[in-house]
Amino acid sequence: MKVIHGFCIIMAFYALGEALSILIGHFVPGSVLGMVLLFAALCLRWVSPESIREVAHFLTSNMILLFIPTFMGIIDTWGLISVSWLGWLAVVLLTTVAVMAATGYSVEFVELMRRMMGRKGDIDC
Amino acid sequence: MFSEIINSVPFLLLLTLGAYIFGVWVRTRSHIAMLNPMLIAIPIIIAVLLVFDIEPSHYIESNRLITFMLGPCVVALGLTLYDHRVMIVRNLAAIATAVVVGSVVGVVSVVLMCRWLNLDALFEVSMAAKSVTLPIALDISQPLGGNAAITAVSVAVCGLFGGIVGPSLLRLLGIRNPVAVGAAMGSASHGIGTARAIEEGAVQGAVSGLCMGLMGVATAVVAPLLMQWLAR
Repeated sequence: MKVIHGFCIIMAFYALGEALSILIGHFVPGSVLGMVLLFAALCLRWVSPESIREVAHFLTSNMILLFIPTFMGIIDTWGLISVSWLGWLAVVLLTTVAVMAATGYSVEFVELMRRMMGRKGDIDC
Repeated sequence: MFSEIINSVPFLLLLTLGAYIFGVWVRTRSHIAMLNPMLIAIPIIIAVLLVFDIEPSHYIESNRLITFMLGPCVVALGLTLYDHRVMIVRNLAAIATAVVVGSVVGVVSVVLMCRWLNLDALFEVSMAAKSVTLPIALDISQPLGGNAAITAVSVAVCGLFGGIVGPSLLRLLGIRNPVAVGAAMGSASHGIGTARAIEEGAVQGAVSGLCMGLMGVATAVVAPLLMQWLAR
């Protein structure tokens, strides 16, 4: 029963997020809005974290599985990409590295600035 | 009759689950963290689909139960955010900076590299939002005149690549701060990067999930403006 209860709460926030997404013209997907709404509800103590922990852990720890079926679309799309597949692949891979380096160094840079200004910049692990 | 069995929903669901479990098993046995279960599961499924002549679109349709769970899974990341709220608030400036920089670098790097390699302009607009979670990426590329299929595959390959090499690459670049690692994984490789970041640690996972969402919003704002500015 606890699992169903937890799943129901998560689905309720998903539905709420979806409704909000429709209202703002799909600018942000419902799942992302649902995540923000759930976070807000947890902070406001409207939802107890323990009521959804079991289901949330099950979902997030198996996230990779959930992406697998969508990936098979590559078989159908291959014809379109194959004309310049090498260039396409190079762009995807190298720009991913670029974004990763840019964001990673941005955080390190802001942290460094903060430490130089003398404030404690450590994190809770 | 045989083809009816092999094309049935339970069989195709079992194929996905079985290939994933096998992928996880191989990774645990081999002790190679880089060996993403997806990397093992995908070739197995492609081989089965080709050998038994199963339509990819039929396979995807039959596995909607699994794909649908992505929605609740992203919502569930709200709990991960809550668990690390103190750390997130303390690092909000760094996270916000990273997301703004990441969204601009993401779009500009794709456009410049496509032009440098003389790729068709269709690739340019279809891939501009490739670092963003799929539903947002599609909503960004469609109005710009992108091709949905190219967008989807680029987003998937970008995620898979980041999920596989991300942690090692970041270590190589000297980026070790857990917040920085999480921000980089989520910003560059959306959900698949986040799935991998969760394995690296709870802080990395929480920051990654947050950055995945923020990056989607930032790119949605930045991409149309930059594309207009970069128009030839």
